[in-house]
Amino acid sequence: MKLTCIVCPNSCELNIEKEKNEYIITGNKCKRGYYFALNELKDPRRTICTTIKTIFKDKPRLSVKTNSEVPKNKIFEIMQNINKFILKEKIEPGSIVLKNVCNTGVDIITTDEIE
Amino acid sequence: MKEYEVIIIGGGPAGMAAALKVNNEGCKALIIEREERLGGILKQCIHDGFGVLKFNERLTGPEYALKYKNIIKNKDIDILLKTFVIEIKKDKDFHIKIINENGIHILKTKTVIFSTGCRERTSKQIFIQGERPAGIYNAGTAQYMTNIMGFMPGKNCIILGSGDIGLIMARRLTLEGAKVLGVYEIKDTPSGLTRNIRQCLYDYDIPLYLSHSITKIFGKERIEAVEISKVNKNYELIENSKKIIKCDTLILSVGLIPENELLEDLGITIDKKTNGAFVDNDFMSVEIPGIFICGNALHVNDLVDYVSESGEIAGKKACEYIKNKKTNNKNTKVDINENFLYIVPQYINENSNDEIIFYFRSKKRFENAKLKIFLDDKIVEKNYNKLIPAEMEKLTIKNIKNKKISMILE
Repeated sequence: MKLTCIVCPNSCELNIEKEKNEYIITGNKCKRGYYFALNELKDPRRTICTTIKTIFKDKPRLSVKTNSEVPKNKIFEIMQNINKFILKEKIEPGSIVLKNVCNTGVDIITTDEIE
Repeated sequence: MKEYEVIIIGGGPAGMAAALKVNNEGCKALIIEREERLGGILKQCIHDGFGVLKFNERLTGPEYALKYKNIIKNKDIDILLKTFVIEIKKDKDFHIKIINENGIHILKTKTVIFSTGCRERTSKQIFIQGERPAGIYNAGTAQYMTNIMGFMPGKNCIILGSGDIGLIMARRLTLEGAKVLGVYEIKDTPSGLTRNIRQCLYDYDIPLYLSHSITKIFGKERIEAVEISKVNKNYELIENSKKIIKCDTLILSVGLIPENELLEDLGITIDKKTNGAFVDNDFMSVEIPGIFICGNALHVNDLVDYVSESGEIAGKKACEYIKNKKTNNKNTKVDINENFLYIVPQYINENSNDEIIFYFRSKKRFENAKLKIFLDDKIVEKNYNKLIPAEMEKLTIKNIKNKKISMILE
């Protein structure tokens, strides 16, 4: 099986083979590629970067992200929750707007400022 | 008339990095930015993956920009927002004519750093037959609509070109509930980064069609469908391969071009390979000393980390130029063979004893490529497992002073 590592710009081409009960991973330039491949097989996860609505005229949308990776199959469910949210006060970048989104243990935090 | 040592045109990642370096070196800098905020295109690039090389974290575009903005805020750096540069003239110094809400002014400066970034190729530049209805957007415009304004460009989208912004918009629109019917690329290899093909298309089951192009647009008011054809290796249409696909949106991700009108007005020649100016390893124009060019205005980078890095070099070298009052560098051209798409810098200042950073792209895909670097008669070899035009390579060479340099890629 072949995978492209998405951890860093090197985009290493990973080769995964199963030998007995162990995965043999080659092609990765660093350890992060090894763990990426293992996670990708067992529990693929991604960060989500999107925006939330605000009530501010000059900044109708504020960018947000998940503060760590969420299971790939929950992405659209999480998006639905994020899209229901409307920001009504000015907050610092990095502030939590949704805690423990869809019971993933992951928070949605802002990634930009409102001037 | 207000006088500066360094005027920086463009307050994106290259300009902000340049300004900070100039400030660190003890010179007075002014940033001129045409938008309301610093940050350049990063403001709308809300996806993550920025700063992996520079900060060792995966930042989003706004986060990367904020890191710089917050440092700049506390420094003695002048900033003019909502200001356009309309003309630059040179006698002993440079005179920069600007326009903003306070009117037209002229500023005097010893050096100018161009960090004007790049813009997208438009639909006019790719010659598609048919109507010109609404619903055709550049990928960057679609990104601005979605991420800044909060508007959906459309519901059933076709993307032409596999550039990174197009790939990222394929994912973004899918997340927001649109259907991306396919990404069509005229070349037989993708233009975007491999990791973006994977995480933006494969993750969301968006098909990528290589060796395909859009040959006709249908629709009077709003786009209703496109005609798609297969092409051969020479981009010639393959007969009977036409297919019509219904859609309400066409997004173009067909390449970026450095923004260089102001340089051309100054009489600076543009390198047809990079679409930027010819520079030496100080990132100084080889034609007009005192002009420095960095970031995507010099050549289109694939990572913002390199954009900031080139801004820092330009900032440092502009200050050295002011302090040493050098008039003209003695430059030699870097010879490269035909397997390079381009190399930057194109020239080397013979008196320079610094280690030199080169950025280059290969013309085609190479497996197990060998790069031979000739320094006078000494040869250094470097091996690459894989080189593709979509991914830029960085190369650092030391001890280059007074040497002839040439490179062969095979």
